[in-house]
Amino acid sequence: MDNNPIDASKATILLMGLRRGGKSSICKVVFHNMQPLDTLYLESTTSPTQEHFSTLIDLAVMELPGQLNYFEPNYESEQLFKSVGALVYVIDSQDEYLNALTNLAMIIEYAKNVNPYLNIEVLIHKVDGLTEDFKMDIQRDIMQRIGDELLDLGIEGIQLSFYLTSIFDHSIYEAFSRIVQKLIPELPFLENMLDNLVQHSKLEKCFLLDINSKIYVSTDSSPVDIQTYEVCAEFVDVTIDLQDLYKGKLQNSNTQDGADMKSVSVLNNGVVIYLKQMIRGLALVTLMRPDDTDIESRLTVMDYNVDIFKKGLEKIWEKSKLITSSTGPNDTHDDAENAGPGTNGNTSATY
Amino acid sequence: MSSNNRKKLLLMGRSGSGKSSMRSIIFSNYSAFDTRRLGATIDVEHSHLRFLGNMTLNLWDCGGQDVFMENYFTQQKDHIFQMVQVLIHVFDVESKDVLKDVDIFTRALKQLKKYSPDAKIFVLVHKMDLVQLDKRTELFEIMMKKLKQASAEYGFNDLVGFPTSIWDESLYKAWSQIVCSLIPNMNAYNNNLKGLKDLMDAKEIVLFEKTTFLVISSSNTASGELLDPKRFEKISNIMKNFKHSTTKLKSSFNTLVLSDLIYVTELSSNMMCFIVLNNNTYPKEFVLQNLHQAQTYFQ
Repeated sequence: MDNNPIDASKATILLMGLRRGGKSSICKVVFHNMQPLDTLYLESTTSPTQEHFSTLIDLAVMELPGQLNYFEPNYESEQLFKSVGALVYVIDSQDEYLNALTNLAMIIEYAKNVNPYLNIEVLIHKVDGLTEDFKMDIQRDIMQRIGDELLDLGIEGIQLSFYLTSIFDHSIYEAFSRIVQKLIPELPFLENMLDNLVQHSKLEKCFLLDINSKIYVSTDSSPVDIQTYEVCAEFVDVTIDLQDLYKGKLQNSNTQDGADMKSVSVLNNGVVIYLKQMIRGLALVTLMRPDDTDIESRLTVMDYNVDIFKKGLEKIWEKSKLITSSTGPNDTHDDAENAGPGTNGNTSATY
Repeated sequence: MSSNNRKKLLLMGRSGSGKSSMRSIIFSNYSAFDTRRLGATIDVEHSHLRFLGNMTLNLWDCGGQDVFMENYFTQQKDHIFQMVQVLIHVFDVESKDVLKDVDIFTRALKQLKKYSPDAKIFVLVHKMDLVQLDKRTELFEIMMKKLKQASAEYGFNDLVGFPTSIWDESLYKAWSQIVCSLIPNMNAYNNNLKGLKDLMDAKEIVLFEKTTFLVISSSNTASGELLDPKRFEKISNIMKNFKHSTTKLKSSFNTLVLSDLIYVTELSSNMMCFIVLNNNTYPKEFVLQNLHQAQTYFQ
C-alpha cells in the first residue's frame, strides 16, 4: 500500500450505517466518556465528523451521516475510501435490517474496487435488548444474507468481521479494540513483547490500554475474557479518579509531575491487579495470582520487567515514527488477523 | 446492650420518590441502573443491617402509596412510630403535589412527637439530577425553608436536609451523615484517627465502613491546600464501583496502593481506611506495618 494517499500517517476508521443505527452514540461513548443513557438525546448527524485520538498510533474516526447517498458525484467518495484503513458498518439489530444489508453490499462493492486493502468490519449493534439465543440467530441470519447479497453482486473472497456490540456494556470497547489493532502495524511485536512479559512474570493476563478511551491496543495471546477486560478497564478508571482527587498534592511531591502513575490492588482471593503508566497515554494493566509466593517479591520482579517492557515500547515507538515518516505505514494486516479467538461472538467470514 | 445497639430508621416519603432505590444502592450494592428494576414496595419492608460490627440498623422502608400511608397514620401508628431513632423523609423534587408531600411529612412528625420525641429528622430532596444545575440550590433553599417551618411546629428544630440524586455522590454524603449520627463513640474514633495521622505523617486519613463505604470519620484538617470538598463522597462512589467490578473476579477488595502515596486498606473487620501520605518516600512495608499496629485501636 505504498500508493497510500495524503493522510498516510493517520490510520482512519470510517463509521457508516443507516440513520439511527447508533453511530454517533458509539463515538460519544467510546471517545468522549459519555454516559450511554445520555446518548438518547443526540441529534441526527448532518455532516461528516471526525474524532482524533492518539494511542500508540494516531487514529482518526470519521463518522458519516446515515441518510446520505455517497454515490452521488458531489461526494469525493473515491478519495474518501482510498484514505481509510477500516470501514465499520453499524447495523441496528433491533430494527428491520434488510435495507442495511443491501446498503452494505453496495458499499462493499464500491469500496473494494477503490481500495482492495480496506478492512471491513460489521457491528451488529444494540444487542443489549436481545436474548442470548436470539443474538446468535440474528448473527447467523445477517452473515447468511450478506453472503447472498455479495454473491448476487458477483463479489468473492472478501473478508468480513462481525461483532455483537452494545454501548451498555464493554462489548463495544472490545470490538473497537480489535478493529484498532488491525490498523497497528507494530501489533505482532507488541503481542510478542507482552507474551514475554507474561511468561517471565507469571501473569494471568495483561492489557495495554489507552487511558482515555479504555480501548486495548494490545494484549497477550491468551484468549480475552471479557470480564477480565472489564475489571482492568474499570481499574484504570478507579486509579485515575482517585489520582485526580489529590492531584495537586501528587504533583508537588512527585518529581515527574505524576507521569509515572502506578497502582497495585490486592483482592481477597489473592489476585493482584497491577497498573503502570506507559508511553503516550497508554497503561499496562496486568492480573496475576501469586499463590503461595510472597506478593512483595513478585511485585519487585514485576516492576523490573515492566521497566524493561517500557523501554522496549519506547524503542518501537521511535522506530515506527521513522518508518511512517519515510515510507508510509507498511501493511501487516494479515498477521494481525490472528488476534486470538473472539469471546463475544466476534467472528469473521470470507465470502 | 443489644437493645441499645438496635437503631430503628424509618424511611418514608410518597410513592415513587426513590426510597427503595436509595436503600438498594447504599446497602445492597445495586448500581444506579439496576434500580430501574425495583417495583413498588408493598407495606413495610424491613431490613436488618449490621453496621460497624456491633450496631444493627433496622431500616423500615415504608411503601409510599396513599393506601399504605393512610394505614401508617391510623391503625399501625403505634407500631410504626414507636422507638424510632431516625426518620428519613424523602421528597421527590419533581413532584406535582408538593402540598400533599408536606402534609404527609407533618402527619409523620405529629406521630413522632407523640411516640418518640427524641428522634432525629432528616429530609432528602431527591432526584436533584432532574433539575437544571443553576436552579438546584435555589430550589433546595425554598424547600428547606418550608420544611423547617413545618417541623418547628412539632418541636423538631434541628432539621437536617440534603439534596440528593442516585446518579452522583450526593447520596453517599447524605447517608454518611445520617449513619454517623447514630454512632455512639464518635469521639474515640476521631481522636484515634488524629493520632494515627500525626504518627504516619499523612495528609489525610478517612475512615469508611467496610460494606457500605460510608464515611465514618476523617482527620480533616484544612492545611491551606485546596482539596475537593466532595472528595469523601467521590471516594465512596469510586471505591464502591471498584468493589462492584471485583465481584467479576469472584473476589472482594483488600488493598490498593496508588503511586506509593494513597493507601486503601482494611483497618478492622468492618472498617476501611483511606490514607494519603505527605510524600512517597516511605517504604511500603513501614506504612503497612503502622497500619497493622493501628488496628488494635480501632476494634
